[in-house]
Amino acid sequence: MTHINLASLEVGQEIGSIEFLLTRDSLVRYAGASGDFNPIHYREDIAKAVGLDGVLAHGMLTMGAAVQIAVDWIGDPGRVIDYGVRFTKPVFVDARDGAVLTVSGKIGEIDSENSIVRIDITAVAADLAVLGKAQARVRV
Amino acid sequence: MVNASIEGKTYPETDPYLVGREKIREFAHAVKASSALHFDVLSAQAAGYYDVIAPPTFAVVIQERSLVSVLSDREADIDFSRVVHGDQRFVHVRPIVAGDELTSTLKVASVKSIGGHSMVTFETQVHDSSRQLVCTAISTLVVRGAE
Repeated sequence: MTHINLASLEVGQEIGSIEFLLTRDSLVRYAGASGDFNPIHYREDIAKAVGLDGVLAHGMLTMGAAVQIAVDWIGDPGRVIDYGVRFTKPVFVDARDGAVLTVSGKIGEIDSENSIVRIDITAVAADLAVLGKAQARVRV
Repeated sequence: MVNASIEGKTYPETDPYLVGREKIREFAHAVKASSALHFDVLSAQAAGYYDVIAPPTFAVVIQERSLVSVLSDREADIDFSRVVHGDQRFVHVRPIVAGDELTSTLKVASVKSIGGHSMVTFETQVHDSSRQLVCTAISTLVVRGAE
């Protein structure tokens, strides 16, 4: 059981928002932690050589940070039983200023019988939605 | 173009991956996760877990190990420099916990061709040392066709 009372929830209800500052340091840290050393995530020259506007964040970093909105709400990351996203737009990370990722969530579906709530997540950087169909199912 | 005949192909099980407590902390820090259940053993145990638990996307580390065998498979013919991550999903039976010894098997669920690009969907099943399913990671890679 969690502190959440299913009966008090409504579809469409907002559960809050969080801002993350992604810097080049964040990308290097994620590369090391995940083992994804694709140089487009830390080398401007290589990113440009393959036709990108610049260094971009790992999609998996954006995905990993965005789920925090659902984790904060439920209070236990182990209750996120199903989490999926589409990568729709790159998050370009400026060498000096980084990039701000704004994540918000709302209740998408309530399955009272199985005590599962779907959280629909929106992730925005530079005024563009960078994840599509980002949904986390949490066990309440 | 990706070889469509690899649809349904299953790759050999990966060597066991021992999930370390510090690796979980490092990964959690990297994805800007703040839950105490990733960092503090006593908090994790108070929530009913044996040890600290990994963030919901940690299984990507295991998935990567499986993908290596596909990307180096000449039959599959996937040009990694043309690969873009299309979508990703993790379905958990239970969270990954420090101390878990995990193996994975990858299956090519589908290969589709759309407008000169290939879309390959992989399903990686992650099992613990008692052969119980922990998580299924589903990943679609878009392989851009030659211009």
